[in-house]
Amino acid sequence: MIRLENVTKRYGDTLAVDSVSFEVPEGEVCVLIGPSGCGKTTTLRMINRLIEPTSGAIEVDGRDVMSVKPEELRRHIGYVIQSIGLFPHLTVADNIATVPRLLGWNDAKIEPRVTELLELFGLAPNEYAGKYPRQLSGGEAQRVGVARALAADPPLLLMDEPFGAVDPLTRDRLQMEFARIQRELRKTVIFVTHDVDEAIRLADRIALLRDGRLQQYDTPEELLDHPANKFVHDFMGADRALKRLGRVRVGEVMRTEIEIARIGDEGAIDRTACVEERFVYLVDGAGVLRGWVDCDDLDEGLPAEDAITEIDWREGSVGPDVSLKEALSVMMGLGFRSVPVTERGRLLGEVTLSGIESTMTQADTHIAHTAAPESEPA
Amino acid sequence: MSTATDSTATDSSGPVSPLKRYRGLALVALFATAFTWLVMQQDGWDRVLGQLFPTERAATYPTPLATLTAEHLMIVGVSSGLTVLVGIPLGIWVTRVSGRDFRDTVAAGVDFGQTFPPVAVLALMMPILGFGLWPAVVALFLYGLFPVVSNTVAGLEGVSAAVKDSARGMGMSKVRILLQVELPLAARVIMAGVRTSVIVNIGTATVAAAVGAGGLGDPIIGGISVQNLAYVFEGALTAALLAVLADTALAQTEELLTPAGLS
Repeated sequence: MIRLENVTKRYGDTLAVDSVSFEVPEGEVCVLIGPSGCGKTTTLRMINRLIEPTSGAIEVDGRDVMSVKPEELRRHIGYVIQSIGLFPHLTVADNIATVPRLLGWNDAKIEPRVTELLELFGLAPNEYAGKYPRQLSGGEAQRVGVARALAADPPLLLMDEPFGAVDPLTRDRLQMEFARIQRELRKTVIFVTHDVDEAIRLADRIALLRDGRLQQYDTPEELLDHPANKFVHDFMGADRALKRLGRVRVGEVMRTEIEIARIGDEGAIDRTACVEERFVYLVDGAGVLRGWVDCDDLDEGLPAEDAITEIDWREGSVGPDVSLKEALSVMMGLGFRSVPVTERGRLLGEVTLSGIESTMTQADTHIAHTAAPESEPA
Repeated sequence: MSTATDSTATDSSGPVSPLKRYRGLALVALFATAFTWLVMQQDGWDRVLGQLFPTERAATYPTPLATLTAEHLMIVGVSSGLTVLVGIPLGIWVTRVSGRDFRDTVAAGVDFGQTFPPVAVLALMMPILGFGLWPAVVALFLYGLFPVVSNTVAGLEGVSAAVKDSARGMGMSKVRILLQVELPLAARVIMAGVRTSVIVNIGTATVAAAVGAGGLGDPIIGGISVQNLAYVFEGALTAALLAVLADTALAQTEELLTPAGLS
């Protein structure tokens, strides 16, 4: 748990952070967001004392950070920055082993830990452990950066725009991966970003800052639905309903009652199955998605063999962990009103446009009831 | 999902193989042996220089070449050793918080040290330190300081702020960051400065003969005063070969000190 109380940082005449107070419960992700110069990074860096606060108190797990030696404090707080800062002269394994070594772990304990972390981030240990940072792509380097921060299993993780410097596609994947790992590890995370979509996607709570002052601290839903002032309302953006889709995972709304046929057996497809369904999905013996039959084509009298659309699951389906927003974009791309959901190829279900629509409508009606207050806070 | 966008690593080659490193060292050892053998061939030099300069009364300088070379190495070794021992810490200090205010002063000082002609330093030092090794060492030490200090500063300032920030953020102490992060990453640039300094020193050290410090400057200056070109050639050629040998050796050291992830 982290608690900030009236934390202030003054540089000469300017207040970079102006008596900010908030509390992050254990295991939650708190995203600090705001326009550049709003004090979000300064706030983050005061937590591990890379910057000393001018006044106010910061507590980590009930302990005042000012009572701990800065080096000691930092060894128990994971730290990831946008430019990663991997040590270019050390291998991936040695980079990850940095904090464990500082803490005096022996090699017998470090080695399995490094392997474990590389596996957690989907980096084959025998391939990546001996590589040097310059041999990594941006996304790989970023994964190693996060792995390094987690090496000594700190309860608290500070991340300063960790996915800011990679291309949008990789960023997307890294966010997804981070969300997955966070669901597993339940760290207390303070995450700085200027990207609203990223904040909505990853945050349990969002702290929105402006000119060093905290504007609102609440769940993403509350910031979208009940913005505290016009600034919050404007900052969160106009396409709120769409943004909310970014928070819902496909796995949460997919339909699992779908019609499935074995590929090669499509002749046996019962046309009555098409009464309720738009598609009959075709899988192979291992349950891997291979294609579908469009019921409209069957209705037009085409034989089933000719109504087959064969697809590669890598292109024609979405994973259960992607957001509805992405599922929608894949659907648009394919030009269908539904998209199959697969995990490593295995068919799990489908997401339909109408399903997404009903999620959106719920959000819409919700927002319609809450007109944003136009006045600035006193 | 595939990892297509992720596998765009620019370079997949591994670190420099140990074999390649040892080959470089073997080359240096071979050069050094050949050079040592060469300066010991007093009779050979006599014969060859006698044929090249048939009109000179004596073809080689009275002091044996091996002795002159040893003296020269002594002068260079002591002055360059001092340069490194003082220059690198000085460069480190002015990049620390405690010495940052002196950065420009030190830079100007070492700059001045290099622009001030070593011969003039010799002349100025003589009344204080007299004849012999020490005035020469002082002159060469001051002269060689500039590349070492400026490269140390450049090397340390070239270490990415993000790397230093993450080192600090992970709880490394200042000393540890200097020793385990900054110096290894700056090693190549610092060594390049040392290399320049030593090479220049080997040539410049010939002026030390003017204050009676000996070395390969003896046959050069002696040769000029008695108008014996064979003497000048003997000293100059040996100094040049020594500079090439030192350059190769220091290039290898540079290579060895450069962390594998950077080469």
